[in-house]
Amino acid sequence: MSAVLVVIEHDRGHVPEATLEALTSARSIAGGLGLPVHAAAMGEGAEMVASQVGEYGAEVIHHLTSPNLGDYNPEAWGQALVGCVSSESPAVVMASGTDRGNELMAQLAARAGLPFVANCVDVAPDVSSMTRSQWGGALHEEATLDAEIKLISMAPHTVEASPGPAAGRVDEIAVDVDDSLVRSVIRDRVVLSEGITLSTAPVVVSGGRAVGSEEAFAPLEALAEELGGKVGCSRAVTNNGWRPHADQVGQTGTRIAPTIYIATGISGATQHWVGAMGSKNILAINTDPEANMVTKAGWAVIADLHEMVPAITEEVKRRKG
Amino acid sequence: MRILALVKRVPAPGARINITEDEQHVDDKNLGHAISPHEECGVEAAVQLIEQYGGDATVMSMGADVSEEQLRAAVSVGISKMVLVPTNGSPKDPQATASALVAAIRELEEQDGVFDLIIFGNESADQGGFQVGIRVAHELGRAMVNGIKGLEIPDGQDGSGDGHIVARREVDAGFEVYELPLPACVGVKEGINLPRYPTMKGRLASKKAELVSLAVEADADAHANGRQAQTRLKSPPETATETVILGDGVDAAPAVVDLLEELGVL
Ligand SMILES: Cc1cc2nc3c(=O)[nH]c(=O)nc-3n(C[C@H](O)[C@H](O)[C@H](O)COP(=O)(O)OP(=O)(O)OC[C@H]3O[C@@H](n4cnc5c(N)ncnc54)[C@H](O)[C@@H]3O)c2cc1C
Repeated sequence: MSAVLVVIEHDRGHVPEATLEALTSARSIAGGLGLPVHAAAMGEGAEMVASQVGEYGAEVIHHLTSPNLGDYNPEAWGQALVGCVSSESPAVVMASGTDRGNELMAQLAARAGLPFVANCVDVAPDVSSMTRSQWGGALHEEATLDAEIKLISMAPHTVEASPGPAAGRVDEIAVDVDDSLVRSVIRDRVVLSEGITLSTAPVVVSGGRAVGSEEAFAPLEALAEELGGKVGCSRAVTNNGWRPHADQVGQTGTRIAPTIYIATGISGATQHWVGAMGSKNILAINTDPEANMVTKAGWAVIADLHEMVPAITEEVKRRKG
Repeated sequence: MRILALVKRVPAPGARINITEDEQHVDDKNLGHAISPHEECGVEAAVQLIEQYGGDATVMSMGADVSEEQLRAAVSVGISKMVLVPTNGSPKDPQATASALVAAIRELEEQDGVFDLIIFGNESADQGGFQVGIRVAHELGRAMVNGIKGLEIPDGQDGSGDGHIVARREVDAGFEVYELPLPACVGVKEGINLPRYPTMKGRLASKKAELVSLAVEADADAHANGRQAQTRLKSPPETATETVILGDGVDAAPAVVDLLEELGVL
């Protein structure tokens, strides 16, 4: 039976928000095609995802089983999806455009010899044309997709996840996964940070090239600490070795979504902006009133960051008493 | 070890990305160009592995002739050989790109032996298809994991490694660890290392290095089951913002803190 099949990217049973977004998008695509939404889940913890996936609109959850499916393994999971696609012949297979989502879709595409259009932001009702994101979202591409089974991923945050309950019937499918593919399974995990991270911090105080040195980030650290936030930076800063790459905001860094992003001494190049634009409020502190960061921000102060950042910290401390 | 690093030449736009009149390309007339950042780190990773374990590293790019600039940049930081797979103008779709790269890699391996490790970028900075490396690895029958931010070869008895590579992938709260049998492929991300600057000696070496041009054909069957094609490029819709200027200089500090209070982050 034909359907829109959503690849459930879960980690030992935990389904990320991005997959719920993909299910939400799948419901409108399936509606346009007059088809039901199905889901495919496999590996360790797959039996735990059914109720949640049903809640977001899957009529049927294909639980793919093989002795060679366990913890996340891009190659083995990709081959399992080939098995599911050949038994179910879906019209569309889709995932969220996350690391795992895109990786699994690419693995499926490579193995099935099909084209795959990553990070769509808008999809035509018949899924034969779409708009997709390039340059981390700074540029859009209109594209066509000509294939019997259409493989796409949706750029994260294209829609907000919303429930739309469906039957959520579980259907087990035994699939073939070559013994050799066990090679790419996760062997171990290293847990590093507990607590808030750059992507979850309510406040991010960020510095660019104008900060000038590793030491000169101390006042930004102080302000971030007063506000219960994290320090971020631009690529000019990581390239100079002043901060670790984990602090970089942008296309090749982290995408942040704080209540407020305080960007100091950052010009606002497109590749930085795409990482910052999800912020609910942006305050730019820059000596140049024409800087892109200033003209795109909701709030700005035209000032030297070396004077301004400590002045804000002082004022915060004074009010806290 | 024999290592191959794949790189793509991309323009380096600033405050906005301009599009050519035919809406098919990024207008890069007045822009500098660079190795796509993930791949620049792939080059550095290749150089570091060779420094540690010996052997030699090759850099390869598929693109227009001007990609020679990026290949020489890779040689200037320690790669020994460079190969250009020329495209004749138009950008290729991911299936065609992967197919041509497979043909080129097979030819290089026929001449000089199998690459123990092939390093891709996680995705190209411009088109961002998230698939070429995975397609190539599958075609070659090699293990492949994308999103890698750490590479290490566990010691074997003779100090030359035990035939595996340990690859770390960053996730929200830490790392996932993979252990791939060699020969393998990986897609790396910026942050795996801090690429070095070329030395004067490296720069001179890169000027003298020989550029190998390897013309290959994509497999005629690459599109047997369909294809994707770019119709046009466009700027994403922008929400116009009226910037509220809170003031000039340190006198604006109270206004800033008023805002923080209003947003409830104090
Ligand atoms: C493919 C690709 C991917 C990239 N990915 C990223 C990414 O993920 N993240 C990223 O950040 N960049 C990225 N970049 C780099 C990006 O294009 C810019 O080069 C970079 O963001 C510039 O950093 P900056 O704003 O700190 O420096 P600059 O552009 O040099 O800006 C410095 C700013 O500081 C202001 N200033 C100067 N003095 C002061 C002062 N005393 N007080 C206050 N303000 C002052 C200036 O007016 C200017 O606006 C990428 C580039 C490419 C090509």
